[in-house]
Amino acid sequence: MTSLPAASSRKLGLVIDLDICVGCHACAVACKEWNEQGQFGPLPDENPYGRDPLGVWFNRVHSYEIEAGNPMPPLASLAANDMCTAPTPGREEAPVRAAMTVHFPRSCLHCETPACVTVCPTGASYKRAEDGIVLVDESKCIGCKLCSWACPYGAREYSEVRGVMQKCTLCVDRIYNETLAPADREPACVRACPTRARHFGDLGDPASAVSTLVRERGGFDLAPEFGYRPVNKYLPLRPRRGGESQPLGSEPEAFDASTLPPILRWLDRALSR
Amino acid sequence: VNPALSVVFFSTLSGAGLGLLAWLGVVYLITPLPLSREFALIPFGTGLALLTSGLVASTFHLGQPRRAWRALTQWRSSWLSREGILALAVYPVALALTWQVWHADRGALTQVLSSALFAVALATVVTTAKIYHTLATIRAWHTVHVLPVFLLCAIACGALWNWALLSLAAWQLPFLPALGLSLLLLALGALKLLYWRYLDRGEGEATTGMMTGLGALGRVRPFDAPHSESNYLLREMGYVLARRHARRLRVLALFGLAFVPALCAALAALVTRGETALAWSAVVAASVGVFVERWLFFAEARHTVVAYYRADRA
Repeated sequence: MTSLPAASSRKLGLVIDLDICVGCHACAVACKEWNEQGQFGPLPDENPYGRDPLGVWFNRVHSYEIEAGNPMPPLASLAANDMCTAPTPGREEAPVRAAMTVHFPRSCLHCETPACVTVCPTGASYKRAEDGIVLVDESKCIGCKLCSWACPYGAREYSEVRGVMQKCTLCVDRIYNETLAPADREPACVRACPTRARHFGDLGDPASAVSTLVRERGGFDLAPEFGYRPVNKYLPLRPRRGGESQPLGSEPEAFDASTLPPILRWLDRALSR
Repeated sequence: VNPALSVVFFSTLSGAGLGLLAWLGVVYLITPLPLSREFALIPFGTGLALLTSGLVASTFHLGQPRRAWRALTQWRSSWLSREGILALAVYPVALALTWQVWHADRGALTQVLSSALFAVALATVVTTAKIYHTLATIRAWHTVHVLPVFLLCAIACGALWNWALLSLAAWQLPFLPALGLSLLLLALGALKLLYWRYLDRGEGEATTGMMTGLGALGRVRPFDAPHSESNYLLREMGYVLARRHARRLRVLALFGLAFVPALCAALAALVTRGETALAWSAVVAASVGVFVERWLFFAEARHTVVAYYRADRA
């Protein structure tokens, strides 16, 4: 049924900390590995051992450079609504922030009002009423690809081999799986993250650990202007220490001979003659 | 977006067929065509054949065509589902009207069926346009131009097909309808020009900064690729070829779907000979023109997901 269910109080999702992610791709690999054999698998590749392998992954880790520019705004102003305004050109004497790299994992956000579900003509795409997870019933999907056009985030990838659309399941076959140890009942990407940049929980419960994290760190919705109300949240970069007065690498070399040990001080004097 | 030939053929062929059937609805509502009852079958047959070939082409786009019947189930939320249902609803209405025409019946039922055929054929075109128009992720489709272009294309192509088929029965297009048809085609050309101007203005395109939520910090540009090989998203959404040749293809589409058939119709209003050749030239030009226009409609469209991969706008 591709009409959306009434809003559930339980909203399972991920919180991804862009400040901590180191871009190691462990989440993407763990995801591919689990889902390849999971309830919704496999995730076959086209031409897997040939020159141009190509296949379905539910999680893609991008790396971006934020060019040197304005100093970072304080955390409070990084709230979702301010995130998309264009940077104002800094005045000449204003402090300049050094360039930064950001690693950006991209996967399904399990939106509260997802267009990918409502455009589906077959009822294959659906949002679960009990926990808000967005899934594809692969026995109903006709592979028309319309849902992948409707998703602004590129969360859905079509499998040429299976002829159906595939997407992140939030590891629904792990999180309720009583044959797994309780610690393992979370999505494979969260379990694999070596820096704890990914958190899993109920974002519909204001008292949950993930909701608290979102509140304290100013977690934001991705591209909220589409109005699909993502459940997953991203935590913004923390303000950087140092490097704010001028672009990194442009400061003159610091050298003070008086701080050197005696032998090097003598050497410096002898060579300077 | 990758202009899959199956989908381009679908909307070109079914649009022309539905336009033709809608005109037949109008014609038989007012007065029967001056044709023998055998010849009267030809326009209906052509309309249904065009629609059918379009629908068959569209199934080649599906990964699981044998499940295509499932697409008729979600009319409550999905424009694609509504399109499927309405396209199939055209058949019983068109066949019933054909039956009435064969039996030269001009009763109330014929009137009802004619109106119904007009309504359901054009409603199908509307649902096709709405599939694209409702996608907020693709700026080239999420615009007010899409619905009138799809409707005008179908109405114009349908009129040209009707004219061409009737010209085979030595019927001549009267002066005023010829002038009207010519103006309709020019209006369609003008609408396409307005659409392309909107496309080139580029306002409201998604940027990498907007799509990542990092834009407030500074200009965001990809630094390292998320994957070494291509993927479905780049193949489907990151189509480049059309934008390299867009200018020439737009001119070709404009001449094909507007200027050449408009000239043919205008000439038909002025001269009395060569009606058949003019009409069929117009049909061929318009078919090529709409095909190119529809190909560009997909190929020039850029999806927001491209902004994650490239520092340009989508």
